[in-house]
Amino acid sequence: MIELRDVHKSFGENHILRGVTLRVERGESIVVIGGSGSGKSVLLKHIIGLLEPDRGSVLIDSADLSRMDEDGLHEVRKKFGMLFQSAALFDSMKVWENVGFSLKRHTRMNDSEIRDVAVRKLGMVGLVGIEDVMPSQLSGGMRKRVGLARAIAMEPEILLYDEPTTGLDPIMADAINDLIIKMRETLHVTSVTITHDMKSAYKIADTIAMLYNGVIIARGTPAEIRNTSDPVVSQFIEGRAEGPIILEGIEK
Amino acid sequence: MIVRIIEFIGALLEGPLLGLGRIILLLGSTLKLMARPPFEMKSVVKQMLEIGVNSLPVVLITAVFTGMVLALQSYTGFKRFGAEGLVGTVVALSMTRELGPVLSALIVTGRAGAAIAAEVGTMRVTEQIDALEAMATNPVKYLVVPRFMSGIVMLPALAIVTDIVGILGGYVVSVLLLGTNSRSYLRATWDFLQVQDIYNGLVKACFFGAAFTLISCYKGFYTTGGAEGVGRATTGAVVYSSMTILISDYFLSAWLFK
Ligand SMILES: Nc1ncnc2c1ncn2[C@@H]1O[C@H](COP(=O)(O)OP(=O)(O)OP(=O)(O)O)[C@@H](O)[C@H]1O
Ligand SMILES: [Mg+2]
Repeated sequence: MIELRDVHKSFGENHILRGVTLRVERGESIVVIGGSGSGKSVLLKHIIGLLEPDRGSVLIDSADLSRMDEDGLHEVRKKFGMLFQSAALFDSMKVWENVGFSLKRHTRMNDSEIRDVAVRKLGMVGLVGIEDVMPSQLSGGMRKRVGLARAIAMEPEILLYDEPTTGLDPIMADAINDLIIKMRETLHVTSVTITHDMKSAYKIADTIAMLYNGVIIARGTPAEIRNTSDPVVSQFIEGRAEGPIILEGIEK
Repeated sequence: MIVRIIEFIGALLEGPLLGLGRIILLLGSTLKLMARPPFEMKSVVKQMLEIGVNSLPVVLITAVFTGMVLALQSYTGFKRFGAEGLVGTVVALSMTRELGPVLSALIVTGRAGAAIAAEVGTMRVTEQIDALEAMATNPVKYLVVPRFMSGIVMLPALAIVTDIVGILGGYVVSVLLLGTNSRSYLRATWDFLQVQDIYNGLVKACFFGAAFTLISCYKGFYTTGGAEGVGRATTGAVVYSSMTILISDYFLSAWLFK
């Protein structure tokens, strides 16, 4: 279970999160939507303790991350798999070593076993025969999928996906949606997914939450969100340039 | 007015003091994590090759020419007061006490220090360090400790090589070019050289190895601002490491060679 209580975060003068409160139940799949630069990635990094809130708290299975020492935090992080928006692959390692990194660090498996697992996970994201390639030689969409394979390699309890389908063709994007659903159905993972892709959001979410002006302004099932009466939410999900959301600097 | 001045000084000192504080914290956690398993031996070996072995060619060239020019300069200088016999002593003492450790440290800093800052800095700005942490791996343990350990081991090793090759260079110039008698040159070299000279030189090298790896890792770790930031971190690492080596050299020498 993930719980954010009144989380505030500023970078210098830039007040990004202004009191985010959000609860994700065990086994729930929540999708967070929101404008570019609204702080979605920042929010995700708070959940795994990469960023510390200026105020408020983040609880994982009722344990407050800010009260933990380094070792405690590392124990909690072993429950997580995370796909970074930029994929964040280790560019000094081959693809299979990237995917198997956690296995290497946290299990007693030997290299050939790790490689086997890595190849299998890469197969799950539609990548075959690239295990010995260096990340710098991959396309953007391929890097994303390697990042995804790395996130699911340890079969974690909680998965954080930062824009898993961005940069993928529509068919591949849908296959990744199916993978995310399968992860929840077979492994009962709790997941937080960030996406701009509403089609994917409707498909994978139990709950959709919208981050706007630093707070969660709406939260509901896909059906509730789709039929919202909130003008901000409806403008966003329908992708209209006209409406209450102001795009700064863009002349109309 | 006085408040203003204090504020101004405070603002001026804030950056350096923050940096110093962070370096001390980094040193603390590096030392703590060094003693704790797993010992990333593979990583340590890789860094030793990177820092030590790959620096060897430049270090050798620098060492031999430094020894040679030292012999040449002291010969022509000392000749004015008839002390040519001491050239061997001067070369041996300068190389072991001073030039061996300091020159090799400066050269390795230019090569490996820059490389460390660039690599760690790139990992920072491309979120690879975040990814390490997200995968429950302490980045200080994984990145800093192996480099720090290699620095401590490899710089004394390189200093010894520099000592020997420098003394050889001095010998070649003195004996083969300037016609000094080989036996008396060697006598001059050995007679006044003490184990203390070599040992203290190595202590300094050890310190320099710790200093430049720590500063370079620190610069990489706190990189912000994309590719430009990595460039800044790299330059900063070389500048601050070199300054630290040169300044601490004086104080270490004053303390060690009382
Ligand atoms: N480490 C940081 N230092 C300073 N500012 C940051 C940092 N990380 C994020 N920000 C700022 O926080 C804001 C939100 O960033 P974030 O990456 O969370 O946006 P986002 O909602 O994920 O956008 P996108 O959909 O484009 O990925 C941005 O204005 C960004 O400049
Ligand atoms: Mg983002």
